[in-house]
Amino acid sequence: MNRLLPFWPVAASEHAAKVDWLMAGFSVLCFALTAPVFVLLALFAFKYRRGSMADRTHRPSGNVLVETSWTVIPFLLTLAFFVYAANLYLNLGRAPADSLVIDVVAKQWMWKFEHPGGQREIDDLHVPVGRDVRLSMTSQDVIHSFFVPALRIKQDVLPGRYTSLWFNANRPGVYDLRCSQFCGMDHSLMVGRIYVLNPGDYAAWLQRAGASGDLASQGKALFDTLGCSGCHAPQSGVRAPSLDGLFGRPVPLADGRVVTADDQYLRDSIVAPNRDVAAGYPPVMPTYAGEISEEDLLKLVAYLKSLGAGPSQTAPLREPSP
Amino acid sequence: MTAVPLLTPEERGSYLAAGSTLRSWLLSTDHKRIAILYLLSITAFFFVGGAAAGLIRLDLISPTHHILTNEGYNRTFTLHGVVMVWFFLIPSIPATFGNFLIPLMIGAKDLAFPRLNLLSWYIYAIGGCVTIYVLMAGGVDTGWTFYTPLSTLYANGHVIAAAAAVFIVGFSSILTGLNFIVTIHKLRAPGMTWGRLPIFVWSHYATSLILVLATPVLAITLALLSAERLFHLGIFDPALGGDPLLFQHMFWFYSHPAVYIMILPSMGVVSELVAASAHKRLFGYWFVASASLAIAAVGFLVWGHHMFVSGQSRYASVIFSFLSLVVAVPSAVKVYNWTATLYKGDISLDPPFLFAMAFIGLFTIGGLTGLMLALLAVDVHVHDTYFVIAHFHYIMVGGAVSGFFGALHFWWPKITGRLYSLVWGRIAAILIFAGFNLTFFPQFILGYLGMPRRYHVYPPQFQVYHVLSSAGASILAVAYLLPFVYLIHSLRHGAPAGRNPWGAAGLEWTTPSPPPRQNFLTPPVVTQEAYAYPVSEPADG
Repeated sequence: MNRLLPFWPVAASEHAAKVDWLMAGFSVLCFALTAPVFVLLALFAFKYRRGSMADRTHRPSGNVLVETSWTVIPFLLTLAFFVYAANLYLNLGRAPADSLVIDVVAKQWMWKFEHPGGQREIDDLHVPVGRDVRLSMTSQDVIHSFFVPALRIKQDVLPGRYTSLWFNANRPGVYDLRCSQFCGMDHSLMVGRIYVLNPGDYAAWLQRAGASGDLASQGKALFDTLGCSGCHAPQSGVRAPSLDGLFGRPVPLADGRVVTADDQYLRDSIVAPNRDVAAGYPPVMPTYAGEISEEDLLKLVAYLKSLGAGPSQTAPLREPSP
Repeated sequence: MTAVPLLTPEERGSYLAAGSTLRSWLLSTDHKRIAILYLLSITAFFFVGGAAAGLIRLDLISPTHHILTNEGYNRTFTLHGVVMVWFFLIPSIPATFGNFLIPLMIGAKDLAFPRLNLLSWYIYAIGGCVTIYVLMAGGVDTGWTFYTPLSTLYANGHVIAAAAAVFIVGFSSILTGLNFIVTIHKLRAPGMTWGRLPIFVWSHYATSLILVLATPVLAITLALLSAERLFHLGIFDPALGGDPLLFQHMFWFYSHPAVYIMILPSMGVVSELVAASAHKRLFGYWFVASASLAIAAVGFLVWGHHMFVSGQSRYASVIFSFLSLVVAVPSAVKVYNWTATLYKGDISLDPPFLFAMAFIGLFTIGGLTGLMLALLAVDVHVHDTYFVIAHFHYIMVGGAVSGFFGALHFWWPKITGRLYSLVWGRIAAILIFAGFNLTFFPQFILGYLGMPRRYHVYPPQFQVYHVLSSAGASILAVAYLLPFVYLIHSLRHGAPAGRNPWGAAGLEWTTPSPPPRQNFLTPPVVTQEAYAYPVSEPADG
């Protein structure tokens, strides 16, 4: 691509190429629907200008057949593109079950990444080429948005909630990451880079980046230092629910509802334990809101997930509920 | 204005001659004088918002070397948005031309509630003063969208004062909308049936419904935002137990219909301009009239298309996407009908016609790129980029502001009684069209390339498009200033307009220019449908 006058962005995934085709195809339709209007406006303005000798007999002032056709036909043509676009979009919400999951924490004005092996990065993200990667994202403060133009994907990153996004980059290279939701003073500096690496380079990077234990074992250490095990260990004197095998299982609540113990539930039970109290247990757990950073919450959740899994662990990620 | 050297007989008996003291203006309940008050005040805010836009374009010429700090830049684009949306675009055509023309077009002496009309202007003025205070105090840094929790917990600017300004000015909108609805229902002249209403009146009727139904939601939203910022009441901030997406749902429930508040009156203007320029009955009257109502109704059901990547349910997004394609249909119907109206017309290529053509061209591009944005997978890529910026400027500036200038050029002789230079009018229309496209078309390309909106520092490969855009903006600035020169010049030096300088149909052209205080010398009785061409010229003088 011409470096001086870029016209079309690089496409680094199959999804990106499909979005480009959608855009191109729809542009052709728009041109086909509009060109006659522009040509006729100019033609009529010239031919029927005041004082011209054009024939002005039998002037129409309405025609139901014409009205119906220019109402219905363009709409039906547009619907074909609507279906294709909606399918692509819904697919963005269905990450393959065996995706590599990377946790993302956004904060004013940086991106933090936590790999499952415990590697941590800021503003740079290294991923393998040709592999499904799912980002599980949350924000420490305001709303941000994770935008990678080369992948044609974008997802807002919300405080207090996990949103996710997945991609499969098919072209090794370095691509821009930009925050696209206005997030305060240095919004335009909240940028980063995605390094899409060949498998060999990726393995070497994982090695080089090193880590003191994977995410779950870092979570275990936190679990002990924060004193969680004081109540939640089987031999504890306090009556608190056991957390073994909790992830993915249905949890009956004190108010009669039943929720699934997913990432969001585990996180919320730490920062707002009185919101969804498990049935049969007194609501005695103190809140950890404001005391544990989102990164540490991710580690704790990773540890809880590692304690054996319930039957539905591999179920696709739940749609965020309002 | 009474200092015009040679007063025509019409001018001596006109609403303009009814008093020249400040008091006679500030306490007038004449809808025509109140329209002038609005015209002057929104023009002042147009220059404030325009100056902010100029500063933004100047600053973006270089990707990294700036005049403003990051914080200063954020405050500038926020000011630009707040001022242009609420203090120019929303009141622009309804409060000036709607105010001036609706009674004239339906054959009434005034609006239904003249004093309420004056109160609306005072409320607008108070909201405006609060905005000026915000500007003087250092501005606000949230963007005109006030997204939470940035606005409630993290922003340092004068968020409460800015929200108060918008809250206050909203009541001006509500009262104006109420006044129009009652006027159109109750004060039509004998014989002025609903089927004989000019499309301008129909579109203002639809606009008024939105003003009355949507604006209170904005007021509630801003009140809740203020409660959270001031008293830490947990509504939107998850740290306080709130939901940040709730704010977006409530904000766009008003702000999407608000786009139709801006564009429907403009569509009404263009319908008048096209029919009057072509000297021909509007093609498909009932289709165009009902399209306005359809837009007003369906426009309430599409707010979620601002939130496709926000984390709202993907299935909700699919429904919002579909409805957004549906709401485009009545707009397309209008464009096709305007085009068909020109067929076998007798077209004067005067400034009003050129502005109407500029509107149709720019609005069509804005509308089609809106369809692209409604396509889910495309929106995911271009959401919150310059593609969106370009799209809504094509609608709100290319569309609504071109409509405003078209109205100004079409009804200026009626409002002031004087003719302006048609040559300069044509030059201004062409310059606005060219300058606008040069400013905003490059931004579509920037957006698709991945340039996010509200970026002060940007990647250097985008610079060439920003420079083009800024060059266009300087042409646009000159083009927007030009009319003020020749229009003001016409007040003293323009030839008297006579009742009907364009040979147009419509009740407003049957009364002297400028109209007398009571609008009509004898109460009109309507015997014909709208756009009854050819026009039999009424005896002048």
